[in-house]
Amino acid sequence: MSTEAKQPVLEVRNLSVALPKGGDRVHAVEKVSFTVNPGEIVCLVGESGSGKSVIAFTVMGLLAKALKPTSGEILLQGENILAASEDRLRELRCTRMSMIFQEPMTALNPVMTCGDQIDEVLSTHTQLDAATRKAKIIAILARVKLPEPERIYASFPHQLSGGQRQRIMIAMALVLDPVLLIADEPTTALDVTTQAEILKLVAELQAGQGTGVLFITHDFGVVAEIAHRVAVLRWGELVEMGPTEQILSRPVQGYTKMLISSVPSITPVHRGVRRDGTTILRTEKLGKTYTGNAFFQKARVVKAAVDVDLDIRRGETLGIVGESGSGKSTVARCIARLIDPTEGKVYIGDTEIATMSARKLRPHRRRVQIVFQDPYRSMNPRITVGDFIIEGPMNFGIGRQEAMARARKLMETVRLDPNALDRFPHQFSGGQRQRICIARALAMEPELLIADEAVSALDVSVQKQVLELLDEIRVRLNLAVLFITHDLRVAAQICDYVAVMSKGRVVEYGSAEQVFGSPKADYTKALFAAAPGRHWEFGKFAA
Amino acid sequence: MIDFIARRLIAIIPVLAVVAIFVFLMLRLTPGDPAAVIAGDNATSDQIADIRTKLGLDEPIWTQFAIWIGNVLQGNFGESFFFKKTVAELIAQRVEPTLALAICTLVFAVSLSVPIGVMAAYRQGSLLDRAVMGFSVLGFSVPGFVIGYCLIYVFAIELGWLPVQGYVRIGVNFWQFLERMVLPSLTLSVGFIALISRITRASVLEVLNEDYIRTARAKGLSNRVVLMRHALRNAAVPILTVIGLGIAILIGGAVVTESVFGLPGLGRLTVEAVLSRDFPTIQTVILLFSVVYVVVNLLIDISYTLFDPRIRY
Repeated sequence: MSTEAKQPVLEVRNLSVALPKGGDRVHAVEKVSFTVNPGEIVCLVGESGSGKSVIAFTVMGLLAKALKPTSGEILLQGENILAASEDRLRELRCTRMSMIFQEPMTALNPVMTCGDQIDEVLSTHTQLDAATRKAKIIAILARVKLPEPERIYASFPHQLSGGQRQRIMIAMALVLDPVLLIADEPTTALDVTTQAEILKLVAELQAGQGTGVLFITHDFGVVAEIAHRVAVLRWGELVEMGPTEQILSRPVQGYTKMLISSVPSITPVHRGVRRDGTTILRTEKLGKTYTGNAFFQKARVVKAAVDVDLDIRRGETLGIVGESGSGKSTVARCIARLIDPTEGKVYIGDTEIATMSARKLRPHRRRVQIVFQDPYRSMNPRITVGDFIIEGPMNFGIGRQEAMARARKLMETVRLDPNALDRFPHQFSGGQRQRICIARALAMEPELLIADEAVSALDVSVQKQVLELLDEIRVRLNLAVLFITHDLRVAAQICDYVAVMSKGRVVEYGSAEQVFGSPKADYTKALFAAAPGRHWEFGKFAA
Repeated sequence: MIDFIARRLIAIIPVLAVVAIFVFLMLRLTPGDPAAVIAGDNATSDQIADIRTKLGLDEPIWTQFAIWIGNVLQGNFGESFFFKKTVAELIAQRVEPTLALAICTLVFAVSLSVPIGVMAAYRQGSLLDRAVMGFSVLGFSVPGFVIGYCLIYVFAIELGWLPVQGYVRIGVNFWQFLERMVLPSLTLSVGFIALISRITRASVLEVLNEDYIRTARAKGLSNRVVLMRHALRNAAVPILTVIGLGIAILIGGAVVTESVFGLPGLGRLTVEAVLSRDFPTIQTVILLFSVVYVVVNLLIDISYTLFDPRIRY
């Protein structure tokens, strides 16, 4: 091995990045040091706000103007990037260090073909002629295993799937064989099966070329799958760093222990199958077909849900698991009659609501309540959380005083301060907002609570708390819960029964133990096989 | 696509029908008798009645409308009450200055305001940005004729660089034509520049926050390439929309501007026709303006597909 190969590709020494004045802390990143060696994948793990993306953007020189590195060095093959000029940084980008991002859906320019977007890298950084460039692009498209490279070359991003777009990003990043690849949550927005493929691809490509990878993630499953070494961050500081096996199984620091203990196990909790409660929800051949309007052309027909039969009894949680586009949210929305089903029946108790007129439906609306995925967008930013919670009950004729009293009690139920009712949503964190959304749903005293990816946007430690809260509420109020999620680990922990959906159909339906323990449908098996870190049983540590 | 264009062209028909009915009724329901205007101040009521009969104005209003629409459908727009010419001839004569003014204004305004807007967005909060924003408020609020007279005072009277008024046909002397176009286009441009630069700024600012701009920068592209190739093209759709809507401003502005600068165009023809209650001319000019407006906006809608491959009709 030459001496150059032994030198780390990236060495971050004592890096601090200041936050603008008035932030929640002084430094976004404080005195962080680590190295990435050639051919090595180093994972930066941390919850939101831990500074992991700030480190990535500092290395690329793409930091927002408000953030300033205040101390330390970043050495890319020995060259200090923090001291490099803007022109030099531009030369280094995509030639020696490249980056791929979280959202493949938005990371590509929608008005340029994929080929042109990769070509830009070559024409900016090399003197190659057009024919050579094209040949090189076709070759890299083949290397990232995109089918029909010629067709992909001429495609626009919107014509490709999320996984394909992320492959384009990877091709763009690696076309000039950089020594360092920074991957900022590259699979977070992808389905689990696509995620598995992309992780495999990244690992293969970097091993082949000896590329050093700085991989940013919040997902310990991904860490277990791909990392050689792990660095755990919290509040901008490096908590702990070491080889993957050591960090995951023998963490030293309390924070690391807490994080790893929060990762839900993929083995379902045995709660015992009870079939004694009254049936709260039953669907019969529920279906939703979207028909596009066209004047002369043939109308486009999309079957978002087909023949869905489900039932939930009081005190039970039914999970619907599936990838994006599987129809799980469509089913939830049909059950809540937020959209109108086109086929089948929905019984809430004994009342059939699928075809009920909007006016007759109104009194039954109270009985089904829903908590949505994104606690940042599902609350009106201009009304206080108190008004947010009491709006529903008041709409059903409860007086303001009484509704407020109920809201105060519910705030206690979701473990928030009842005196915070006159605050606005932006004064709460994501986890707190999701609790408020749950309180709002409960204020209607529903019989069925639908949680549509309600914990997907939350950090693992917060996610764990919200899951525990939901389960506690279910037991206490003897609620029926319909839990929609793409996360198998979450489903394993909270569901009594699981329905696996694919392409609008329920492909497997049974008790959680049965579905997770001995899946029958091929699709379910493939889904479980793709779950990152499935071979790893994350320990429960006493912090 | 062809389906889309066909539908949009068909949709013009009801628009024109509404415009036709509206203009026709408005003219006849507002006070002012064209016969009295033609006959002059000293005419007797018999003479006026004669003229009314000759012009067909004594027929019931719906009969008049039916006759007019029937003629229009056959391509006959009638004869001007006042200019002793067919309306078609009149418009053919007057269309050149207006067309020239509109095109000069459009070219001038777009080529100036888009770069200004992009720069203002790129340097958000800078002196340039604040200057552009300030100018656009001013541009919106100062009426066209004030700007026109100010420009005439400075450039024509004080500095003597350009002629005060008048028009020379493009075929007669191109240089003189251009000289006489500068001030009117400038006048008409002000509001247009204010509008477009503001929209460009807002639209580019929004695009600059997009993930693919970050990707473009991560590729090592220069700021200029990021801005012009990646940002501007994605910001194009709202800008185009506003340019299309702005055509209405152009038409309205042409009336004032042509009067200020003495251009013998459609704008001034409209004013003259209104003042002399020249019904056939007014009706035809308004119909023409509506057709132009609708067709321009159809062209704008079609041009979206050039900028954004996701838009397909």
